[in-house]
Amino acid sequence: MPPAERTRLHRTALLVLPALAALGVGILLLLAAGVPPFEALWRLYEGAFGDGGDVANTLMAWVPLVLAAAGLCVTFAAGAWNIGIDGQITFGAISAAAAARLVPGSTAVVVPAVVLAGLAGGALWGLAAGVLRTHGGVNEIFGGLGLDFVARGLAIYLIIGPWQREGVASTGGTDLFRREAWLPTVGSTNLSILALVLAIAALAGTVVLLRGTRFGLELKAIGKGPASAILLGVDATRRMLWSFLICGGLAGVAGAVQAIGFHHKLVPAVSGGYGFLALLVVLLVGFRQAWIAPVALFFAAILSGSTQLQLRLDIDSSLGGVLQGVLVLLVLLARGWQLRRDRSTVAVVGSPTGEAV
Amino acid sequence: MEAILTSIIAAATPLVFASIGETITERSGVINLSLEGSMMLAALAGFAAGYHSGVWWVGFLAAAAVGAAVAALVAGSSIALRINQVAVGFVLALLCVDLSSFLGVAYVRQRGVSVPHQPIPGLSEIPWLGQILFSHDLVVYAGLALIVASTWWMFRTGSGLILRGIGERPAAAHARAVPVNRLRYRYAAIGGALVGIGGAAFSLDVKLGWSFRHTAGFGWIVLAIVIFGGWHPVRAAFGAYLFGALQVVALKLQPVFPGLSQILPLLPFPLMIFTLVLVNRSWLRNLADRVPALRGLLSTDTPAALGRPFQP
Repeated sequence: MPPAERTRLHRTALLVLPALAALGVGILLLLAAGVPPFEALWRLYEGAFGDGGDVANTLMAWVPLVLAAAGLCVTFAAGAWNIGIDGQITFGAISAAAAARLVPGSTAVVVPAVVLAGLAGGALWGLAAGVLRTHGGVNEIFGGLGLDFVARGLAIYLIIGPWQREGVASTGGTDLFRREAWLPTVGSTNLSILALVLAIAALAGTVVLLRGTRFGLELKAIGKGPASAILLGVDATRRMLWSFLICGGLAGVAGAVQAIGFHHKLVPAVSGGYGFLALLVVLLVGFRQAWIAPVALFFAAILSGSTQLQLRLDIDSSLGGVLQGVLVLLVLLARGWQLRRDRSTVAVVGSPTGEAV
Repeated sequence: MEAILTSIIAAATPLVFASIGETITERSGVINLSLEGSMMLAALAGFAAGYHSGVWWVGFLAAAAVGAAVAALVAGSSIALRINQVAVGFVLALLCVDLSSFLGVAYVRQRGVSVPHQPIPGLSEIPWLGQILFSHDLVVYAGLALIVASTWWMFRTGSGLILRGIGERPAAAHARAVPVNRLRYRYAAIGGALVGIGGAAFSLDVKLGWSFRHTAGFGWIVLAIVIFGGWHPVRAAFGAYLFGALQVVALKLQPVFPGLSQILPLLPFPLMIFTLVLVNRSWLRNLADRVPALRGLLSTDTPAALGRPFQP
């Protein structure tokens, strides 16, 4: 077999075999729970794509996932682990909620203002994690997690404090935003064309930024290590901060979409865990950013399908998370195994820069 | 006051186990980021094993085994397969959380076993101190003993020196015929077992029972406490007690300020960032260098080889 063909075969096998194994684990878990596995898996599929409403829900889970994953590609390129991305989504949602409450006028005015507020809020939170790394000597993993806790605390404070619902202070969320601040949707579904366009534009923009611009090249140089950045004459600190700013901004847009497209109010768990899930997506696709679109669709389908599974068959929706986690874990292990067999390469799997953290 | 201090000592016990465990793991150069998931899965395993066997310490054994297994997986994927530790740890954190939710459905709000209350005869009658330190149960005493024992072991014994060596300069340790990677497996597993015991200390002792995401947030907090503690068991334990105090105060204030009790437990992480930024300031570093007495207290130098795979 010619080498190119062999590597393509290998690459496919490295994805297909772990997927089959993850499916096997899922079937075993379902059997252990006393559920007919194939019926459950069929219901999972139906829950994700069964009718127009299901497809709309899946696509609306795809949007924040793609936005966050696109952002993470930028920080990953620079060699940073932006684990605080959930906090950036949350703070974006808080800023978006502030705009939704304050900005008067029609949908054509309020919705763009809300999205921009989310962008700005998320960017600010991302920048904070970046500054902690570049100027505070705090590793971005822990600085980011810390800022995540701060954003969550702030959301809870606002919900039970200044923005509390008329009469009762409950952690269930604020009052609903007024109708003009909701994302316009298609028919009676939750699907928002604007949200889809935002996600696609973000992904396309990220691919162009990383592959077609000098900035992308410089970011990757930083990710490869200080030496290559110096060779290119790059101000590593500024590029690093820009990468956090961009990632945070996209995460903030995801937060805005969650706030005005899904909850229609500010709730404590507004991030929905999409940041962490997006990290899994990016770990799975590695450098091949274009793959984010299909992989995120797969993850979104599992997410919305397993929610339906809980409603219809009373199977705990955490099954979806187990399937996603097992899949990513096995893919990472398979790649590691492959590299072990082929020691000509020195890259370290799981870090797109090839560097150990 | 006595009652509050007593409950702080008890409330912080799971975090004492977990943060000292992770301190040991990280001192060996392995970063186990999976704590949020592995502690939760261990808490479930501990509860389930105790529930079925009817013996509380069987629960702790099961929890320790789960914690050690997850940690060994993190270490193994890094050592044998050279996969990034942070990536594997992160994936396992999410995976184990969901696994605990899925497998734990049958155990939600069941009545399980618990660690029996055992005041130490004699010692518990010491005025004031007796109630605070010596009228708990065996797990709390073991936590207190662990602080002393792990500090002594880490800084006063040969194998403790080797532990620090393989996390600081693995190449130098290797040159002295120390089996770096084998020891990293061992200490990752030992640390993971302690994390697992921390999980069971929730479900079988201080936060009895099992519920959906029973230990949510605590794993991330332990990671913060380890850094806050500068990879020193005593300071890590201090961080755990500080957090225990916040929890107890939040509980006491709940009837008065219902909102505050939700926000106080979120404080340790920002507090940790603040500490990190502060100790990284150059004036504080200079001060610590000039005054040897302060060096032990203020230094927060990360183990130099933390997260770096070692290939002999």
